[in-house]
Amino acid sequence: MIVPRLRIVEVRKSFGATQALRQVSLSVGPGEVHALIGENGAGKSTLMKILSAAHLQDSGDIQLDGNFYAPRTPQAARSAGVAMIYQELSLVPHLSVEENILLGSEPRQWGWIDRKERRRRAVSALEQLHQSHLPLDAPVHQLPIARQQMVEIARALIGSPRVLIMDEPTSSLSKEDTKVLFKVILRLRDRGVSIIYISHFLEECLELATHYTVLRDGESVGTGRMKREALPEITRLMVGRELNEIYPHTPHAIGAPLLEVTQLKGVKKPLNVSFKLRSGEILGIAGIVGAGRTETLRALFGLDPQIGGDVKLRGICCNRLPPRAWLQRRVGYLSENRKEEGLMLHRNIGDNLFLSNYRPCISGGFIKQRRQESLAARWISLLGIKARHPSQNLHELSGGNQQKVALGRLLHHDAEILLLDEPTRGIDVGSKSQIYKTMGELAAKGKSVVFISSYLPELLGVCDTIGVMCRGTLSALRPASEWTEQDIVAAAIGQNEN
Amino acid sequence: MKTEIPTSSTGHLDRFNLARAVQMLGPFLVLAFVIGFFAVIMPSEISQTFFSAYNFKLILTQTVIVAIGSLGMTMIIVSGGIDLSVGSVVALTSVLGAVLIKAGVSMGAMIVAVLATGGMIGLINGTIISLFRMTPFIVTLGMLGIARGLAKKLADNQTVNLPDIALPSVGMFMADPAPNGYYVAPGIAIAIDLAIIMALVLNRSVFGRYIFAIGSNEATARLCGVRTRLVKLSVYMLSGVFFGLAGLMQFSRLRQGDPSTAVGIELDMIAAVVIGGASLNGGTGSIMGSMIGALTMAVLRSGSTQIDWPNYVQEIIIGVVIILAVGLDKWRQSRSQS
Repeated sequence: MIVPRLRIVEVRKSFGATQALRQVSLSVGPGEVHALIGENGAGKSTLMKILSAAHLQDSGDIQLDGNFYAPRTPQAARSAGVAMIYQELSLVPHLSVEENILLGSEPRQWGWIDRKERRRRAVSALEQLHQSHLPLDAPVHQLPIARQQMVEIARALIGSPRVLIMDEPTSSLSKEDTKVLFKVILRLRDRGVSIIYISHFLEECLELATHYTVLRDGESVGTGRMKREALPEITRLMVGRELNEIYPHTPHAIGAPLLEVTQLKGVKKPLNVSFKLRSGEILGIAGIVGAGRTETLRALFGLDPQIGGDVKLRGICCNRLPPRAWLQRRVGYLSENRKEEGLMLHRNIGDNLFLSNYRPCISGGFIKQRRQESLAARWISLLGIKARHPSQNLHELSGGNQQKVALGRLLHHDAEILLLDEPTRGIDVGSKSQIYKTMGELAAKGKSVVFISSYLPELLGVCDTIGVMCRGTLSALRPASEWTEQDIVAAAIGQNEN
Repeated sequence: MKTEIPTSSTGHLDRFNLARAVQMLGPFLVLAFVIGFFAVIMPSEISQTFFSAYNFKLILTQTVIVAIGSLGMTMIIVSGGIDLSVGSVVALTSVLGAVLIKAGVSMGAMIVAVLATGGMIGLINGTIISLFRMTPFIVTLGMLGIARGLAKKLADNQTVNLPDIALPSVGMFMADPAPNGYYVAPGIAIAIDLAIIMALVLNRSVFGRYIFAIGSNEATARLCGVRTRLVKLSVYMLSGVFFGLAGLMQFSRLRQGDPSTAVGIELDMIAAVVIGGASLNGGTGSIMGSMIGALTMAVLRSGSTQIDWPNYVQEIIIGVVIILAVGLDKWRQSRSQS
């Protein structure tokens, strides 16, 4: 019997009264890609933090190649051969690509950085990823997110890791970049690197992993060989309930046009976007990262300048309105970047829900704390947000629950038109399903939704109408039933002209 | 685990409110520690005068200027900004007051002019910061020089002395009306009233929530339709009025116009706000905390003076207390999070 590369035996961890990990066991062989699956809040990130030495487990054993593994610092974890790629990029924005790749492990001579050697190592790391075209001297903040992620992965390769842990590495990658990444992962696997692959995309896990382990509420509830037949079982284990309908359908009727956009043009993108959004319609916009989908909504909503084109709301010209004016007209925008733009992470749930409309919390000219808390508590139960208290700070919630708060703000605002930019990115299946359900219910009430997503099954599953963006231009809209995944992909990469 | 989550569970509620209460208590703990420290080390004859009602009133009077300035500074710091020009604004407005009184202007008109000048300087700071998106640190650093220079020009580079007849009315804000009675100097009453009003504004008004929102995440505030530039501009302008009022109090205390006064007083105010639990990153802070912070520093000064410690010891001790207070706050926060 081969000694497993990484063996985790009955690890437990509590924070105060909260048991983050109750009992987690996991075994990964050398050269194995192991999918770690679980909803947000299931304990995946706590487990990762223990492996990277940010936390120490309360009890339980971890062995690396048969040796006791208990690193004290992240640096020690890395030199022991355990490298981590976090969901949130941990790059230093103003340093160059090369400096970021070798950050913390700069080759030195007499205390000075050996620049030639550093360049050589950076180049070789990028070559392994087939990303040699990245500009080594450019500050990373100038690169698109997908490229930044490649830099992040290149950095993890520097220490020749034995175990590589990847947390949702594809959540912000386009299909093309994902393919490149998969090739790299498989090549690393063939060289004997063990990979723990954390993802919500079961299809990806199926493509990459040979084994899986499911975490739920801090417990490893199931493990086995990854194969298509196991998918229903995995989904059941994840949510602890049957997920009959991932895309619940609420019947809704489509009415008259509400919002008409004609040849909208932004600073760089979009170049030419026209669409009509009708009441009770869910309009999906597909496209690869960088096609200009986000920029379209931002130019429309007044967050970025509108250079040309016409926007009409209920037949009234609404060009170049600031966000405030749109909100007054009950049009709301959900940012794709909930951490940096969408939410105030250090404020409580109530303040995040009500920032655009405090009116219901006010009585006698003042905001009443009690009233705010009880209103927030209502949204918390309505949206199924997992939180201890309405005055809990948002950074203590998991990604899925944060996103529910962000969406809750638009619901509280009673928006008639909801512009949702990647509302399901990086959140668990249960939260996703709930967001789809909410979108359907909104449409049934005659409200309209613009839904940007890079994940085609959800667009096809939820939307009435879909348009595809490619290089700043939006294709003609077609009913969702007339699109196939292949059509959308072809349109997104500009392969056919229809 | 799922069963523990419902928000109606009172156990969680209580623990949560307790944690928040402890959070609020932080600045009081520091103040209590400082008072306790003096109680222990003071010889009894000094401690009798130190712990007298009269001395307490004296300490309050000494707190007034920093406290009023801290009201504005709290708003600015919560909004994610900073103002380094306060000392110069205090000097400029107090010199302006002296020049006006000397020229025979009435008290009422002088007060209006002083407050308006403070507000005007705040408006200029706020306009540059919000419209041209410049860093508050740089803009107010520039204003620190400009306002100090203007003060010196206005005073012709010397103190502006008043005719004897004007002294009592000018000094009334900071004069103790009855040294043995319960009444306090008008300046103290004004500071307390304003603190209550500002605490309400910051915590209970939509404007206040917007200030917190901007300090916490300006992008989110914009997304939610907050007119971020207008709010920031109002914050600096309103704070400017408070700094003008602090200048008035300084004038009332000195009973002359001194263009070289109040150098570095903004640092005392920043320290008070930070001891009071605010973060220089914005988004946190409270009026109550800042007031206790200001009081803590005044108690330290007064105690050190009465023990007859040399000035340098005072300065070192105050420096240590600032670092300890903020360190304590960090430590408690990291504990409450884990």
